Amino acid sequence: MNIWIAIIGTAVGCYAVKLAGLLVPGHAVERPYVRRLAALLPVALLAALTAQQTFADGHTLMLDARAAGLGAAAVALLLRAPFLLVVAAAVVVTAGLRALGG
Amino acid sequence: MTQHIAFTDQTAEGTEKPDAAVVRDALGVGVAVGLSGFAFGVTSAGSGLGLLQTCALSLLVFTGASQFALVGALAAGGNPFTAAAGAFFLGVRNAFYGLRLSQLLALPRAVRPFAAHWVIDETTAVTLAQPTRRAARIGFTVTGLSLYALWNLTTLLGALGAEAIGDTRAWGLDAAGPAVFLALLAPMLKTATERAVAGLAVLLGLGLLPVLPAGVPVLVAALAAPLALVAESRRGDRADGDTPADPPGPDGRRAPQDTGGTSGAEEGR
Repeated sequence: MNIWIAIIGTAVGCYAVKLAGLLVPGHAVERPYVRRLAALLPVALLAALTAQQTFADGHTLMLDARAAGLGAAAVALLLRAPFLLVVAAAVVVTAGLRALGG
Repeated sequence: MTQHIAFTDQTAEGTEKPDAAVVRDALGVGVAVGLSGFAFGVTSAGSGLGLLQTCALSLLVFTGASQFALVGALAAGGNPFTAAAGAFFLGVRNAFYGLRLSQLLALPRAVRPFAAHWVIDETTAVTLAQPTRRAARIGFTVTGLSLYALWNLTTLLGALGAEAIGDTRAWGLDAAGPAVFLALLAPMLKTATERAVAGLAVLLGLGLLPVLPAGVPVLVAALAAPLALVAESRRGDRADGDTPADPPGPDGRRAPQDTGGTSGAEEGR
């Protein structure tokens, strides 16, 4: 049940902001500070999420095969690999290390 | 799932653009990104969500970063409200895409509630890259339609696949989520401010993880964005107040900017 609450809440909230963008007159929110904040907010959230999902298990910080997987993804990004290849690199390296007992 | 939209380089080719070329560009993005719904389906099912829940997310939320964030937060044991809040804040950028698109597409009011569901990184990037309103409308529609159809189909296949293979961790699939986030994040790290925000957010997100309830550290980490803006404007003021010729260095390197070119849609590329 909790999961459905989260799903419905996210769906309603995300749809509302999409629609608001199309309906609200541009000048109302096009202030430089607001735009800048909107651009920086995803940076902060994505960085925190990347770190947590790589280095955490529940409330514990840990270093495991996922870190190597993320490193592989970073290398793929630097090499300008396509999106799917970036994800695949992380998955393959993580799985490979675990198969080796890492 | 956004940064590889290479054809945005082609926008300078003039005012007219054949419809077929627009459709080809739009399909290229729609198909490439649509296929990555597979990663979401696998991640979501591997996080313990049911088939119906996983598919509902792709059908109803349809903005990838928020979907990944939500299932990650739920898997970590976050309560539904903090989990939804993190996903919601990630989705706020779509409002700023909508502001741009509503001017470009000039949609009738009756159409907007339907078009709104497709206002995401990829459709915005394709639409902004078109030279005319006709091309923009075609680009938006074709990208939205192909991406929505494929994203939902591959979500279903990914969720079914995850159930079939059982332990997704053994297959390294728990690394797919963070890799997706990193791929979305990397093209946004353009200036020192973005990198400072990312670094501070990582410190807050990891440092607070052991002491705060699940899902809350990410919301606290979001404060790195307004903090950086405050620091940036202070630095800008001081640099302005100093000598006319700013010395180079950490302060003088970046002119205070009013972000004309840093609006939402570029983040999504």
